Amino acid sequence: MKNILKISYLIIFLLAGTLTVNSAEKVDLLKTDWSFKGLFGKFDRGSLQRGYQVYTEVCASCHSMKYVSYRNLFEPGGPEFTKDQAKAIAAGFEVTDGPNSDGEMFVRPAKLSDKFVMPFANVKAAQAANGGAYPPDMSVLAKARSGGVDYIYSVLLGYEDPPSGVTLEDGVYYNKYMYGNNIKMSEPLSDGLVEYSDGTTASKEQMAKDVTTFLMWAAEPHLEARHKMGFRAILYLIILTILVYFSMKKIWSRIESEV
Amino acid sequence: MSDHEYVPASKFGKWFNDRLPLLSLASHLTDYPTPKNLNYWWTFGGILTFCLITQIVTGLTLAMHYIAHADLAFESVEHIMRDVNYGWLIRYIHANGASMFFLAVYIHIFRSLFYGSYKSPREIIWIIGIIIYLLMMAAAFMGYVLPWGQMSFWGATVITNLFSAIPLVGEGIVNWLWGGYSVDNPTLTRFFTLHYLIPFLILGLVVLHIWALHIPGNNNPVGIDVKKPSKDTVPFHPYIVIKDAFALLMFTIVFAFFVFYSPNILGHADNYIEANPMVTPAHIVPEWYLLPFYAILRSVPDKLMGVVAMLSAILILAALPWLDTSKIRSAVFRPLYKQFYWILVVDVLVLGYVGAMPAEGLYLLIARVATAYYFIHFLIILPVLGFKEKTIPLPLSITEPVLGGMPMASAVKKKESLN
Repeated sequence: MKNILKISYLIIFLLAGTLTVNSAEKVDLLKTDWSFKGLFGKFDRGSLQRGYQVYTEVCASCHSMKYVSYRNLFEPGGPEFTKDQAKAIAAGFEVTDGPNSDGEMFVRPAKLSDKFVMPFANVKAAQAANGGAYPPDMSVLAKARSGGVDYIYSVLLGYEDPPSGVTLEDGVYYNKYMYGNNIKMSEPLSDGLVEYSDGTTASKEQMAKDVTTFLMWAAEPHLEARHKMGFRAILYLIILTILVYFSMKKIWSRIESEV
Repeated sequence: MSDHEYVPASKFGKWFNDRLPLLSLASHLTDYPTPKNLNYWWTFGGILTFCLITQIVTGLTLAMHYIAHADLAFESVEHIMRDVNYGWLIRYIHANGASMFFLAVYIHIFRSLFYGSYKSPREIIWIIGIIIYLLMMAAAFMGYVLPWGQMSFWGATVITNLFSAIPLVGEGIVNWLWGGYSVDNPTLTRFFTLHYLIPFLILGLVVLHIWALHIPGNNNPVGIDVKKPSKDTVPFHPYIVIKDAFALLMFTIVFAFFVFYSPNILGHADNYIEANPMVTPAHIVPEWYLLPFYAILRSVPDKLMGVVAMLSAILILAALPWLDTSKIRSAVFRPLYKQFYWILVVDVLVLGYVGAMPAEGLYLLIARVATAYYFIHFLIILPVLGFKEKTIPLPLSITEPVLGGMPMASAVKKKESLN
């Protein structure tokens, strides 16, 4: 048993080392309480629905979300709109389909099975419309930045006047938390920018939190299933480990040796 | 192999066994006499077998859904994560499984270093192990390229470019590896092919590794030969099987914690950005388990010599049975070696740390000192130590202290306190 402890210490030490290495470059990001963190973390449905609203009314005019489908909006573990609501949301977008039997491409309303319609036809078009900067696809954005959701939340709230001595080019903004402090996106959020249908006050912080929650779900749509299964799996493993431990004691007791 | 001849009870069993001795093999594996004083550091062989099989099974499943094409790879991984039933689980097991595999292999290797398991008559086991380790690194590196994220792409670019350091033919070799003039679709498809192939090569080598092990039998914490079978040994089944199972379960709890609660913490965020040949990431870093060698590579100013140093750092291990001149296996009886052993452990951890840091200023200096020490340990300290060190007398058998009325653990502790 003493060795087990030693091995565990070593493993923890090694892992702790890796984690510090990975986090060494971070600045102090703004923190907020995320409902999806922790062993039992779940998404806040209301926050996801509000976050979708912010995404679609604010972000989606520039940022695509090409790996997410409209059907995901009503699937369990997500914003859980009703199927009809999701259908209605999809029907609000147009997709080019085809060719039909006449060999023609045609435009039709989006269906649940379609991916989120992109605001621009391609990367070049997106760059042309945004002063050369490509607004990154938001499907996995929450996992694609070190600092994750805290980083995104901080950048959304990190717009400031540049410190004296810093001059910015045209179309570049100063952001306290952005890598390099220069960002080509103008401040996207302002108090009361959207009108939440559930009556929540649309403060800047509230919108940043909601949309970041939505982005986390978009990046990790099975997070709730993962947490749920993880708890059961680890509980199962612990119980099995205890049983095997006593079996081992019993078996080794035949030869009276320490295990 | 085993000392007694196995005779199947049934007539059919005997008929079959005379033609293909599978039953004899099974009997050998269950009866295999194992020193009874093996501690938990010895359970990592079984854990590694589990890791290999886990990687192969999850890997096969992923390969059914993954598309090895530069335009589709990233998307197909997202398809696995979102739309394939439990695809997220399979991919996270596979991705974290690589880290767990390396964690276990490092413990396994350092156990061998501590207890001198590489020494005569186990040199071949050790060398096969080093080849397995090299193949693991190749497999892990190529596997990391497959999601076709930014780190995949740029990691592949940096590592394949190392071959350009070879004089005269370097550039040609790099183009040959890439299948073109940059890392692109041909590179991805061949990496996928090799990533699929290598685990089966490893599996074959693991069979040889275990076969070679079963000739002399296990080393043990005391490091002296045991008579087999004798009162010093226990049959592999059930004694070692249940102990390995217990340790494996402890290991899977750690494993599960990563898979379910921190599946991306050991990876790099940039790899969730699709590969873009036009944008270079600020820091290109390999996965954590390759960092010590990355630090050695970068600590040498010359590119060719850096590559040579990095490769030597691994290959030098193959010569270890002859570099270590001491006849005593276990560090328990080698007070000086034990201290140098722990310095080496710290040295490698330091190398891993600076490997993750930018190669400049103080980090570079530390990397150089640590690299130099790494080689000094193997090339100077170990050969000299074998002649100079005053070792502690070995017991006659692993049960000797037990028979003397003293439990093993306290006997070893007493010996330790002598230094």
